[in-house]
Amino acid sequence: MVVTILTTYLITIEIGKLHTRRDIFLKENKATLSRDEKKAYREIIKAKQKKLLILCLFVDLGILAVLKYTNFAISNANAVLRLFHSQEISFMDLALPMGISFYTFQTVGYLVDVYRGKYLPEKNLGKLALFVSFFPQLIQGPISRFDDLSKTLFAEHSFDGRNVTFGLQRILWGFFKKLVIADRILVAVNTITKDPENYQGIFVFIGMLFYAVQLYADFTGGIDITIGIAQVFGIKVQENFQRPFFSKSITEYWRRWHITMGTWFRDYVFYPISISSPMLKLSKTSRTKLGEKIGKRVPVYLSSITVWFATGIWHGASWNFIVWGLMNCFVIIVSQEFEPFYSKFHNRFNLRGTYGFRLFQVMRTFLLMCSIRILDCYRDVGTSFKMFGTMFTKWRFSDVFQGALLDLGLEKSDYYVLAIGVVILVMFSLKQRSGNVWEKMENGPLLLRYAINIVLLISVITLGAYGIGYDSNQFIYNQF
Amino acid sequence: MMKKTKILQVAAAALVTIIILVFLEKLLMPKYMTQILEGALISEYYQEKEKDHDVIFVGDCEVYESFSPITLWEKFGITSFIRGSAQQLIWHSYYLLEETLRYEKPEVVVFNVLSMKYDVPQKEAYNRMALDDMPMSITKLKAIRASMMEEEKFITYLFPILRYHSRWSELTSEDLKYWLKRERISHNGYLMRVDTKAVTTIPTKKRLPNYEFSEICYHYLDKMTALCKENDIELVLIKAPSLYPHWYDEWDEQMRAYAEENDLYYINFLDYTDEIGIDYSTDTYDGGLHLNLSGAEKMSEYFGRILTEKYNLRDHREDAELKKIWDGKIAFYNQTIEMQFSELELLGYIKAFNKKKEEG
Repeated sequence: MVVTILTTYLITIEIGKLHTRRDIFLKENKATLSRDEKKAYREIIKAKQKKLLILCLFVDLGILAVLKYTNFAISNANAVLRLFHSQEISFMDLALPMGISFYTFQTVGYLVDVYRGKYLPEKNLGKLALFVSFFPQLIQGPISRFDDLSKTLFAEHSFDGRNVTFGLQRILWGFFKKLVIADRILVAVNTITKDPENYQGIFVFIGMLFYAVQLYADFTGGIDITIGIAQVFGIKVQENFQRPFFSKSITEYWRRWHITMGTWFRDYVFYPISISSPMLKLSKTSRTKLGEKIGKRVPVYLSSITVWFATGIWHGASWNFIVWGLMNCFVIIVSQEFEPFYSKFHNRFNLRGTYGFRLFQVMRTFLLMCSIRILDCYRDVGTSFKMFGTMFTKWRFSDVFQGALLDLGLEKSDYYVLAIGVVILVMFSLKQRSGNVWEKMENGPLLLRYAINIVLLISVITLGAYGIGYDSNQFIYNQF
Repeated sequence: MMKKTKILQVAAAALVTIIILVFLEKLLMPKYMTQILEGALISEYYQEKEKDHDVIFVGDCEVYESFSPITLWEKFGITSFIRGSAQQLIWHSYYLLEETLRYEKPEVVVFNVLSMKYDVPQKEAYNRMALDDMPMSITKLKAIRASMMEEEKFITYLFPILRYHSRWSELTSEDLKYWLKRERISHNGYLMRVDTKAVTTIPTKKRLPNYEFSEICYHYLDKMTALCKENDIELVLIKAPSLYPHWYDEWDEQMRAYAEENDLYYINFLDYTDEIGIDYSTDTYDGGLHLNLSGAEKMSEYFGRILTEKYNLRDHREDAELKKIWDGKIAFYNQTIEMQFSELELLGYIKAFNKKKEEG
């Protein structure tokens, strides 16, 4: 992290100086330079900045690549070497700094923004270091933008009781999701997914649904804790979720799930690739050779595939995540291609606005996302697909009603807690549709507000799945 | 004004939360009233109104099953209390003694040396039984530090609700009945068993790779010796007459040498079983691991004589106030004997010590 911060600091300062030199030069010589001369000067400066940008990207992303992906590369190389009966390469013992993917992306975002001239570089090394290493978001994000976070991160703060109250409530709510729901259901998810020989068919389906609940409660719970801690200090961190399981399409889902990651990939990968000169050339060639209709899709799809490949590998150094990313891309592209058929269907039957159809869309998106998420759960891609297949070939309802649910490591009481927990999550999300729940609570009866907070705290302490036998410190997303 | 009201509101809410948590903690903590009774032993000392004893015993099950303070009183007028707990390790014993000395200064402290064989914590459950009921003090904090297993968390000893929170789904009528007040189950730390299971076979002694007691055990034994000397208390080292776990000659030699070096009295009761009159076909309830009531009474009579003669302990039986207290204890003692025998006659076993049979 220190190397990342120092490198980024020094290079962005240089990039900033070049911006200033260019502006001053152009201002001073405004009258004497022709348009072409100005353009030529700008290009010279841009080229210098580009070199610095590439150097810094090389260092920042290089550290991430070496620490996170070396062993993945070795395992793939070994798979090839095995085919040729050659000697395999030994794995390296590399320690992965906590939250490396998050702080690297945050730093790269800052670097690119400075390069683009969106804002001036931060001259105070301490401030930049604080932005990169701001502790609540190190564990699992969100991926903040410098111009957004710095507004409150570097501002002077005086004690604000309202912020502290809201922050603490948010932390409590996060712990409720994490300890009462996510860590409890985790036991059943692990039982099912770690033993694919014995848990197939309907159990894969149950595991898939349970994993969706676990991931949502774990990840959103972690973000609630992050935002809550920041809020206690008077710092505003961007929201990362917007009721994603109420999305009506995968595209919408990705606008509402892990929002900061999605927008990061959009702004720093998708757009730059889409408007890069090789892609523009490809666009031109494909339009000429394949026709306007197909040709215009080639660069968009290629950029999408690149983004989703990167999203996948960012989530984890394994083929499971790469295939998971590409599957998301595939579904998005297919749904875009099917759009004309959907339009025809809706023109014919006019179901688009009905409650039933909206519910169908939400359920469809949820199940589709759950299906793709199976790749997160099993040890390899092959097993994931095989287990997915058993949902259609080995489906036996009777398995569940013969007490098998109680063999998943959860007792009846756990299922009751989970059921109540999920109902509370859904109700909370529904309430959120009409505004901030915490603000609504603030305007509610005093006794009710205190009662809710006390019940929440006591629930976390007594019902939380923590202590010996549990490892509540582990958030799913802190491996990324 | 607004600010003041807000502070009061928050304080009231915090108070309510703390009260609820305290009550919940009490509800969730194991009670050890009808099963695993040894878990309740440590807390019983704090219920004693008169904490002024001639003799304090510290150690594992070999002390709380081998000596009856009631017999010591009845026969010699000695007041005593056993601060024993299941598999009490030497650091538990040391800190329990250090803590006991905050309340009283006995004439004699008796330590059973079997725990010298353990130099690492053995099981979380035994830590809990020894430490959970100790009141909060610096001694308790040091005891926790010394006792914790790797997977245990310090904070869970400070706030046991963090350890026992998951018991909410296993609560029984016992938890409700003894939520706020527990009953006495021991007789000044003696856990009575009247049933008998004769010794039939004893597992053969295995050769050990190393018979040397470890440094950490000597460290605590030294501390215990020093603590007793500082407080002008006679420390007596004993080995109870349990046939199993084996007490090796090599261990015995080390304890003799230590006692001699530190001018302590050490007695291995295994060498005096005939003199004591212990009959392993009638005086043990589990085939020689622990003594039953008959064995414990014989042991107490024998040891009481030694204590009286060697340390000139006063006979308090003429003290009217003490007599009143101990008469109550004797009544409870006899009542327990009667109850256990009637259970034995009726069921063939004693309920509290046969969890499996009780659960069917």
